Amino acid sequence: MKDSIFQVIENRALTPNIFKMRLCGDVSEVGQPGQFINIKLDGCYLRRPLSVYDADPISVTVIYKVVGRGTEIMSRLKNGTMLSVMTGLGNGFDIMAAGERPLLIGGGAGVPPLYLLAKKLVERCSKVSVVLGFNTITDVFCEEEFKRLGCEVTVTTADGSYGVKGFVTDALPEGYTYFYTCGPEAMLKAVFDSTGTSGQFSFEERMGCGFGACMGCSCKTVSGYKRICKEGPVLKKEEITWEG
Amino acid sequence: MGRLSVRLCGIELDNPVIAASGTFGYGYEFAEFYDINCLGTFSFKGTTGEARFGNPTPRVAECATGMLNAIGLQNPGVEKVVAEELPRLKRCFRKPVMANVSGFSIGDYVYTCSVLDKEEQVGWLEVNISCPNVEGGGMVFGTDPKAASEVVAAVKKAVTKPVIVKLSPNVTDIVSIASACEAAGADGISLINTIPGMRIDLKTKRPVLANRMGGYSGPGVFPIAVRMVYQVASTVNIPVVGMGGVSCAEDVIEMMLAGATAVQVGTANLVDPFACRNIINELPAVMDKYGIDRLEDIIGGAING
Ligand SMILES: Cc1cc2nc3c(=O)[nH]c(=O)nc-3n(C[C@H](O)[C@H](O)[C@H](O)COP(=O)(O)OP(=O)(O)OC[C@H]3O[C@@H](n4cnc5c(N)ncnc54)[C@H](O)[C@@H]3O)c2cc1C
Ligand SMILES: Cc1cc2nc3c(=O)[nH]c(=O)nc-3n(C[C@H](O)[C@H](O)[C@H](O)COP(=O)(O)O)c2cc1C
Ligand code: FES
Repeated sequence: MKDSIFQVIENRALTPNIFKMRLCGDVSEVGQPGQFINIKLDGCYLRRPLSVYDADPISVTVIYKVVGRGTEIMSRLKNGTMLSVMTGLGNGFDIMAAGERPLLIGGGAGVPPLYLLAKKLVERCSKVSVVLGFNTITDVFCEEEFKRLGCEVTVTTADGSYGVKGFVTDALPEGYTYFYTCGPEAMLKAVFDSTGTSGQFSFEERMGCGFGACMGCSCKTVSGYKRICKEGPVLKKEEITWEG
Repeated sequence: MGRLSVRLCGIELDNPVIAASGTFGYGYEFAEFYDINCLGTFSFKGTTGEARFGNPTPRVAECATGMLNAIGLQNPGVEKVVAEELPRLKRCFRKPVMANVSGFSIGDYVYTCSVLDKEEQVGWLEVNISCPNVEGGGMVFGTDPKAASEVVAAVKKAVTKPVIVKLSPNVTDIVSIASACEAAGADGISLINTIPGMRIDLKTKRPVLANRMGGYSGPGVFPIAVRMVYQVASTVNIPVVGMGGVSCAEDVIEMMLAGATAVQVGTANLVDPFACRNIINELPAVMDKYGIDRLEDIIGGAING
């Protein structure tokens, strides 16, 4: 964990309400895919947690959906803006469990953390499949990015305006060894119920601190309570109780 | 004694800055960011006799100048705190720590306090009779002078360490509660705990918090806290620990002028994990700016004699 100053070096719209922001700064603590950063914004008292989409030796990139005041403010940040950013938060995905043919399942604003994960997995697995679910054609993002990594990509839209009509669970391929998923809780639950394979889920929870101090983000698991910001956001399928 | 040091119930603090209960865990999360031995001390997460999971989530909601929380006293229970948390804390903190205790009955408070009283690391017991987030938990004792004095008297009989009673701001007459605690033998008073509040999500048209209501803390409560510290410090003859919205060295000085012997910093730690350390580092320069030689000299300076 580290709190340091980052500079916005790119911030642009990918769809009408999805933005990609690249931040330049001390990335020494940006580690596992599935970890998140927590951004302090002028005009918001609490920080905003966002998953790491991609990272390189000088910068970290996030992709965020504008849903409220904080993300609205974020979408208007100009290049050069300095932000206080906490990095290296959460546990991240365990990539050792992937097997030869992992499947990545992302829904909407839950897609971003799967990209850095896919980047790591394509180096070690024979085949990486990705299913991305959106509401409609204008919401679709990142399809090309996953394809460029060499992943087999399926896109679903709820209204059928692009790709397979339906939800991610209508398009799960055969023969995967393990899965990783992130998205709205209803989607996570549907994935949980529709696969017999083991896997990992990335959860969201409202956070006070994001580094384990306030107990704001606790959830019950099979092995006792866990803080989504510290022992999460990634939980293994076998730990999940869906009890809140 | 240095410029910043103060005495709290017979124990010297290197500086008056104390991280507040519930915002500093059991210390070691912050020890990953900096050496927490720079603190005056800290008050650890409210501990109860039995383990508690706490309330359903969402447990926090943002406000313009602070936040609401309805954690519901999640803690592993006093036995685990003694067996696991305190040994772990010992590796990163060598000063006496303040043990924050909550309960649901007088017997509960007495049990938890007497267990923690035996721990060498514990310097003070901070008895929280003001948690707004659990049914029948604490605040019922903190809103009635008679109930408050019964808890304090019972705890005092069972322990040897100084007992600081943490009060709720959710009362019409804070002074009568504080006086009742003093009469029952309290060694100090700390205030304020959070103020009950609510936020409603315009999209779902439902309260943000699963518990519907939560406790408001952060910079927005600062003037209320200063007023209550002033009222209590003007009346009682035991030390007052002031808190509520403190976020900078100037706020610490203002709290001390209102009558606080030491000052707790809570919510600020959640947004900036370095908040306490920064405040401590800034204090000397701010003292110079306002012509303050030693902090101990300004305690209650704003109270007319
Ligand atoms: C570990 C983690 C990783 C995340 N990664 C991403 C990501 O990569 N891309 C993305 O678009 N979104 C992500 N989110 C969700 C994102 O944090 C929220 O959409 C964002 O905080 C909303 O802020 P706001 O001010 O626009 O919304 P508002 O509703 O105005 O926010 C009010 C408060 O609620 C909190 N809040 C609101 N929605 C959420 C939510 N879904 N999860 C957690 N807190 C919330 C805010 O942080 C703020 O404190 C992630 C959340 C978590 C917990
Ligand atoms: C997330 C959170 C958890 C808290 N938990 C406790 C607790 O367990 N026991 C307690 O006495 N006070 C608790 N408090 C209250 C604080 O210690 C403090 O009294 C209050 O927040 C006001 O100070 P602040 O504005 O600096 O945060 C909690 C506050 C917050 C924000
Ligand atoms: S958000 Fe504070 S403990 Fe997780």
